[in-house]
Amino acid sequence: MSAAEKMVKLRIWRGDAKDGALQDVEVEANEGEVVLDVIHRVQATQMSDLAVRWNCKAGKCGSCSMEINGKPRLACMTRMNMFEEGETITVTPLRAFPVIRDLVTDVSFNYKKAMEIPAFAGPTDLKPGEYRMQQVDVERSQEFRKCIECFLCQDTCHVIRDHEENKKSFAGPRFFIRIAELDMHPLDTLRNRKKTAQEEHGLGMCNITKCCTEVCPEHIRITDNAIIPMKERVVDEKYDPIRWLGSKIRKREGIN
Amino acid sequence: MAGVFAPTRAKIAERTLRTDKWWLQPLITVVVLVSFIIYATIRAFEGKNYFAEPLISPFYSPCLTNGCPDGASLLGQPFGTIAIFGMVISPALFILIFPLGFRMTCYYYRKAYYRSFWQSPPACAVAEPHKTYTGETRAPLILQNGHRWFFFAGLIFNVLLTIDAVLAFRNADGQWGHLSVGTLVLLTNATLLWLYSASCHTCRHTIGGRLRNFSKHPVRYKLWGWVSVLNHRHPTFAWISLFGVALSDVYVRAVASGSITNFYFF
Ligand code: SF4
Ligand code: SF4
Ligand code: FES
Ligand code: FES
Repeated sequence: MSAAEKMVKLRIWRGDAKDGALQDVEVEANEGEVVLDVIHRVQATQMSDLAVRWNCKAGKCGSCSMEINGKPRLACMTRMNMFEEGETITVTPLRAFPVIRDLVTDVSFNYKKAMEIPAFAGPTDLKPGEYRMQQVDVERSQEFRKCIECFLCQDTCHVIRDHEENKKSFAGPRFFIRIAELDMHPLDTLRNRKKTAQEEHGLGMCNITKCCTEVCPEHIRITDNAIIPMKERVVDEKYDPIRWLGSKIRKREGIN
Repeated sequence: MAGVFAPTRAKIAERTLRTDKWWLQPLITVVVLVSFIIYATIRAFEGKNYFAEPLISPFYSPCLTNGCPDGASLLGQPFGTIAIFGMVISPALFILIFPLGFRMTCYYYRKAYYRSFWQSPPACAVAEPHKTYTGETRAPLILQNGHRWFFFAGLIFNVLLTIDAVLAFRNADGQWGHLSVGTLVLLTNATLLWLYSASCHTCRHTIGGRLRNFSKHPVRYKLWGWVSVLNHRHPTFAWISLFGVALSDVYVRAVASGSITNFYFF
């Protein structure tokens, strides 16, 4: 064993929907490695049937989401040198979604939620290709386009993580940024996004405790830049009598 | 708490596997907020030692009852004297509802107390102790949507407390052109309160965030950019402005009760 190699202790959750447990393993780790590398070495040397989802190893595909020492993280972006010497590293699947096997969960909840959000509705008098937008008008939405759909934010959000029954009425932070992106889009023509955000997608369930922002590997400021602005827009429309009256008199939504 | 223990999820007995001190932040929040509430309550009911020409405590400005000393009542004394069971109500109680409501509905304080007091959630990926959860969709929490009304009320208070700071450029005999430690205290307090309001999410929304096309509103876009920079620091301003209010009161109380004299630079 060269100087750059050392043995590390892992506890990996193994099991399926019926049962499972944490299993201890010891494995070699090299200088500069990430947790995913070490899990791959466990797979190669000791647990050949260990299920783990991954793809890019570059923090860009969003596949390797799991929980490392209890925190939702990308395994390929979690460096081994952030742990103490001799520390046991606990690795489990995401705890908000149904487990399939070992570290792999069924994230189809998120695909269902994605489908519930009406797509961009461009102006009907322009053909695609004729759209013209100013950079300052699309800047805000661009932050939200960085999302890699790792669903770590969805996993950590206590609204559904801690309350399975809320899943039917709550879209979750990843989709609040989608709604915000469209509602702030200069050319989107669907004007009921604020109302449906509150009434159908469960924006009011969010209590802005910011865990989604804390775990987002793309550092999207989900709560400050998408959720709270959407909450304020909902207030404009639903809970502010003065704005409401103004919009009735001027016969337009008031946002321009 | 079906949540992480729901039948389809990975079977793990612990409510969290976090190994760091996740409980520290909520604990600090509880200790600081409870200390502030205890101090503010004692002071609000005390009903004295809040004014020493030309300084007034932020807990008591504007002083709206007959019992207020001359010079403490920027807006007159519309409430006269109101007593319940022979106990005269402290003038602080007529006004504290506004700053209290402003902070209670603040997006940042909401995060802070939902996490620390209500444990919903105590920290990220730590299961909360509640069986059901409806967030801010029902009464009373749906009232959080009224934050903007408190924001505007807060602006009025900022103006009044700024006037108090300006009035503190006088000496105890009412002559202008003097500067004391008390002047600096009130000035700092007012500045911090302005920073807290200017960095508020409602401010950010009102000033420009609600627009769809920034390009049509270049001035508001600029302002929105500045407010966004402050907004990033909103939690910091929330805490230091809270300390600012408490420490200003401590100072004014010390001067008014005679335990220290307000030092004049000139
Ligand atoms: S801020 Fe809202 S959406 Fe984000 S994790 Fe917290 S409750 Fe969920
Ligand atoms: S918003 Fe961030 S945490 Fe959520 S899915 Fe996208 S990249 Fe992942
Ligand atoms: S493997 Fe693609 S994000 Fe980790
Ligand atoms: S004062 Fe904190 S968000 Fe408005």
